[in-house]
Amino acid sequence: MESLDDYQIPYGLMAEFDTPAGVMHAAEKVRDEGFTRWDVHTPFPVHGMDDAMGLKNSPVGWFTFVCGLCGFFGGMLMIWYMNAYDYGIPVGGKPNFSPFASFPVAYEMTILSGAFGSLLGMLWLNRLPRLHHPLLKNIRFADVTHDKFFVVIEADDPKYDEEETRKLLKKSGSKHIELVNE
Amino acid sequence: MAHDVVPSSVKIAPPPVELERPALVENNHSIGWISDTVAGVIENKTPGWWKLAISLSLFVSLGLPLGLVYLISTGVGVWGLNHPVAWGWAIVNFVWWIGIGHAGTLISAILFLLRQKWRTSINRASEAMTIFAVMCAGIFPGVHVGRIWFDWWLFPLPNANSIWPQFRSPLLWDVFAVSTYFTVSVLFWYMGLIPDLATMRDRFRKVAGKVTEPAARLRNKIAQFLYGAFSLGWTGSNRHWSNYEKAYLLLAGLSTPLVLSVHSIVSFDFAVSQLPGWHTTIFPPYFVAGAVFGGFAMVMTLMIPLVSLYRLNEIVTIRHLAVMSKVILVTGSIVGYAYGMEFFIAYYGGNPYELYAFKNRAFGDMNWSYWWMISCNVLAPQFFWFKWCRTTPWFIWVICGFVNIGMWMERFVIVVTSLHNDFMPGNWGYYSPTWVDMITYFGTFGFFMTLFLLFCRFLPLIAISEVKGVTAQADPHHPLGGAKH
Repeated sequence: MESLDDYQIPYGLMAEFDTPAGVMHAAEKVRDEGFTRWDVHTPFPVHGMDDAMGLKNSPVGWFTFVCGLCGFFGGMLMIWYMNAYDYGIPVGGKPNFSPFASFPVAYEMTILSGAFGSLLGMLWLNRLPRLHHPLLKNIRFADVTHDKFFVVIEADDPKYDEEETRKLLKKSGSKHIELVNE
Repeated sequence: MAHDVVPSSVKIAPPPVELERPALVENNHSIGWISDTVAGVIENKTPGWWKLAISLSLFVSLGLPLGLVYLISTGVGVWGLNHPVAWGWAIVNFVWWIGIGHAGTLISAILFLLRQKWRTSINRASEAMTIFAVMCAGIFPGVHVGRIWFDWWLFPLPNANSIWPQFRSPLLWDVFAVSTYFTVSVLFWYMGLIPDLATMRDRFRKVAGKVTEPAARLRNKIAQFLYGAFSLGWTGSNRHWSNYEKAYLLLAGLSTPLVLSVHSIVSFDFAVSQLPGWHTTIFPPYFVAGAVFGGFAMVMTLMIPLVSLYRLNEIVTIRHLAVMSKVILVTGSIVGYAYGMEFFIAYYGGNPYELYAFKNRAFGDMNWSYWWMISCNVLAPQFFWFKWCRTTPWFIWVICGFVNIGMWMERFVIVVTSLHNDFMPGNWGYYSPTWVDMITYFGTFGFFMTLFLLFCRFLPLIAISEVKGVTAQADPHHPLGGAKH
């Protein structure tokens, strides 16, 4: 043990595939083996992959919904506070606050905060931004945004065993399997 | 789960030949070809035409600071505004630019909800167009207030007398609509860019070892850093894609009512007033249809030359242009119907002022603008009934040019001709723009084109991951995607 490089911690096994069908069938096998800390990396969203991985429906909608509601009522509250409570502006004998005249602004506020909720909720659920990732150091993995498909099983998965997992990935049709270090 | 229930004896046959849809990306290219082609626009040497175009755009955009500085230092009197026409070119330009933006959102959001897969080739550039058009639009009301140092009164802040803005005014609704529209468009655009910025990051990383020249190495480093930082560490993980696609769907779902509401609220600026010619309930749908119409024309005005200069015509095909021409035909006809209906209601409503306003539009002393509008918006798109006209790029480009002019004329007709002759003949007047109006407007063209050219040069102008996703090679159930039946 001469250099620090000898103390590398394995991140996981990375298996490369050439086609979306290939990676999808591999994902089905990995799912059926009961792995939990693993992922499929693709250049574009592959249809049916959520089922093949056994993923549930994404909860982003809750962020949108809650933020949208806050936007709507926040908008109404703002207008009521500004035009009826803090400094009433009587115009033409009309009520100082009316939900109808306030609707356009509250509606835009709903959409504005709903949109922020969707984007930030998505980033939060994905734990992004993350500016370092062990896979991003691997030059072969750079093709994941080009035309290659990867299955990655992490070393801290309870079912992970380097030999067995490698065999499983080989059996599911990968032609290139590589150990990625942290 | 679906893959368990399908018995192995079931043969999934391709559809019969007559029902097969043509591929969206022509010539059966691999998915890698798509990123090579689109990223090639950024990686290749800057083309000569681009340098020429950006010099020209920058020169034209000088009109903007020139016109604005002169305006602000002197006062709104330098524009052609006077009694009775107090809303002139500035408001016309504002509505025109905002309307152009609407096609981008229609393509990115509404066509996404309608599962129109062809949108993937054009959505990125049209969303960029939306953002830059809204920026141009925002300039006009901002300086139109006259004393721009009071622009902050538009925001929900108390002024020196502790008075808040008055939320029953459609002009204030407009502030919220337009700023929300801009912000949400930027969010949507940026979210779509994340996977493609990751593609650019990885491409620059792959070639980093081969670059030897110091200047090129530095460029490569900067590119890796910037694309890397803005792609937020995207790894194409399917767990991420799952949330990403849901968020994309939700943003599309939010942008759809947004885009309809924005031009509706812009039309309220007019419809909520009591001026004959403005005070009509048809305005919201009529404005929205007109916005989509004018916006699609601008998309094609930009895309047709771009596609041929960058040789992207296997991704943005003649079929895409033909489909967009059909959208122009439909929305143009809706707009034509609205023009007719306005006239009918002016007659049928029995209000003499309203009837006069419409007679004055068609036959009064500003009738040139009305007939320009009718010829460009109603007659010109009718060519698109013929297949040759829909499939010949140069011809489409010419028609779209007319539509752009026509839509500007429409806003001129609405804003200026309604104002110049209203209820009392003693209150009538004429309107002519000044050179300051003109250089400011043309300056926004330069500004818009500069931003658009920079976008084409430095960001993927076609949504790489989305285009890949609609090819047969990306379908795990298609033989080209590796499926074995």
